[in-house]
Amino acid sequence: MSERLQTSAPEVRAEAEQDLPPSPGQLARTRAWSHRGFQVGVAILVALILVAILAPYLAPHSPYQQSLPNRLLPPVWVEGGNWTYPLGTDGVGRDYLSRLIYGTRVSIIIGLGAATVGMFIGVTLGVLAGYFGGWIDHACSFILTAQLALPGLLLAMALVFFIGPSLYVVIGIIGVLGWTYFMVVTRSATQHIKGLDYVAAARASGATPRQIIWHEIMPNLSSKIIVIFTFEVGVAILAESALSFLGVGIQAPTPSWGLMIAEGKDAMFFRPWLVVLPGILLFILVIGANLMGDGLRDITSPEEKS
Amino acid sequence: MLNYIAQRAALAIAVAFTVSLAAFVLLNIATDPAYAIAGEDADPEVVEQIRQRFGLDRPIWVRYGEWLMNVLRGDFGVSYYWNKPVSALVAERVGTTLTLAFAALFVTIAIAIPLGALAALNRNTWIDRFALWVAVSAQAIPNFWLGLILIILLAVTFPIFPVSGDATWRHFVLPAFVLGASSVPPVMRLMRTGLIEVMGSDYIRTARSKGFRGRSLLTRHALRNALLPVVSVLAVQLGHKVGGSVITESVFAINGLGRLALQSILGADIPTVQMLIFIFALVFVAMNLLADILNAALDPRIRIG
Repeated sequence: MSERLQTSAPEVRAEAEQDLPPSPGQLARTRAWSHRGFQVGVAILVALILVAILAPYLAPHSPYQQSLPNRLLPPVWVEGGNWTYPLGTDGVGRDYLSRLIYGTRVSIIIGLGAATVGMFIGVTLGVLAGYFGGWIDHACSFILTAQLALPGLLLAMALVFFIGPSLYVVIGIIGVLGWTYFMVVTRSATQHIKGLDYVAAARASGATPRQIIWHEIMPNLSSKIIVIFTFEVGVAILAESALSFLGVGIQAPTPSWGLMIAEGKDAMFFRPWLVVLPGILLFILVIGANLMGDGLRDITSPEEKS
Repeated sequence: MLNYIAQRAALAIAVAFTVSLAAFVLLNIATDPAYAIAGEDADPEVVEQIRQRFGLDRPIWVRYGEWLMNVLRGDFGVSYYWNKPVSALVAERVGTTLTLAFAALFVTIAIAIPLGALAALNRNTWIDRFALWVAVSAQAIPNFWLGLILIILLAVTFPIFPVSGDATWRHFVLPAFVLGASSVPPVMRLMRTGLIEVMGSDYIRTARSKGFRGRSLLTRHALRNALLPVVSVLAVQLGHKVGGSVITESVFAINGLGRLALQSILGADIPTVQMLIFIFALVFVAMNLLADILNAALDPRIRIG
């Protein structure tokens, strides 16, 4: 016992830490390191975000530079291809690899932008409805029901096309029409947190609703919001690609993968790579976001794991 | 029960008209309908004449009121672009879209339910992982791209199905698969978790102890209960199919409501777009109402509680 008393303070602390069960943060980190889907998702997203940021350094040519003598060249592995244009060229002789690289930017900007817009709307409505209840809850829930009944894709197509397609319009419209999932989850989570003891304690010590929402409720919603945000990035990217494919989204000559698929469609029987390549990239990017979202959910709330 | 249905129906109708109002306001903010008729570069004087002739100089709520009264009387307006009553346009195409939607629903059922059940019965085996992989992939594939790839593979490289059109049942195979695939992930997951829950329940243990095994245990006891929530989700998914027809019909050049919607948007044909949004919303709320009613009919806790 006397020996024990003589040990220095840091050692005691280290010993005490060994006896403690791991903290939630440590547990989450351990789970993150052993969650393969999460790792794959993060790896895909990090790689593609780097491609988007470094596009000017990675792309061998300008994505806009047309070269009519070099139009519709095949990729290197097909006969007639050459290394100047590793993935060939499109119908007006633009380097396909460079357009695909710059297309990463369009998809990621729209995914992040639209999910952010949706997050602000959905979280605001969800927290208000969940915290205040009563007629505010009824009003917000009615808005939710109406939003769910709106044919989202059709309305997005019409609005983007009528307002005038541009990057910001596409981001805004997809975001404004894509907030329901944020609201559904934050509303029920807020209702749950509102009834917990520490919120009652904060209220008893005189905290205003604003303080309770910002300091007690929001920090506990953040992990759920991040999970939904990750999924919504994928949803928004797919929505943009569909709009652009149908001709009512991002307009030429901007390199959007959906638009590139539409441009390659007429030649797809003889040059299938024009359609196949952008689609594979879309698939990889969206699956990266979904895997990361699945992983984050398993890591932050393992009790919901199916 | 009747009381419950009446309540849900009233809410559904309120939602449908709220949607139509929102769409009307948004469409009229997004574009000036007079310019939409006259064309972007039209002479301002011509635009002014059109504005007066079509009554577009009146406030938006007056015009919405007029639209609403007309719809309630069964007058769906006249298309600017096709110069035809919108009701005629819709009537010509609604059958095609419904055929596609039901065929797609059939595809969803045929894939998602067996796959979900197999995954639940073989939990944590390669079958379960395969089913999960199918769901994750189906969620990430761009719908229109899947359509194009199937055309390249099964209509051109191996000419089994026609490339596009809607003349025979063979034309509907690929589009129905594409449209149906998008609903596989939610239905499959629900089937899987539902069946896992049921298989762990007390009454299955009782049935087992009474000697039920294998197929008879599954069909007579487990599946019946696991399918209950799936049925109502299928109704909701059918509503999504009608909305999702926009992409599929455009890819496969099928003359249904979805393609009409795209053509009307590109032609700035606001009355048709407005009416189609309303019809799609009506289908959606009707399918949700059906799901609610099915739920209540199958589960007494809902209609009483």
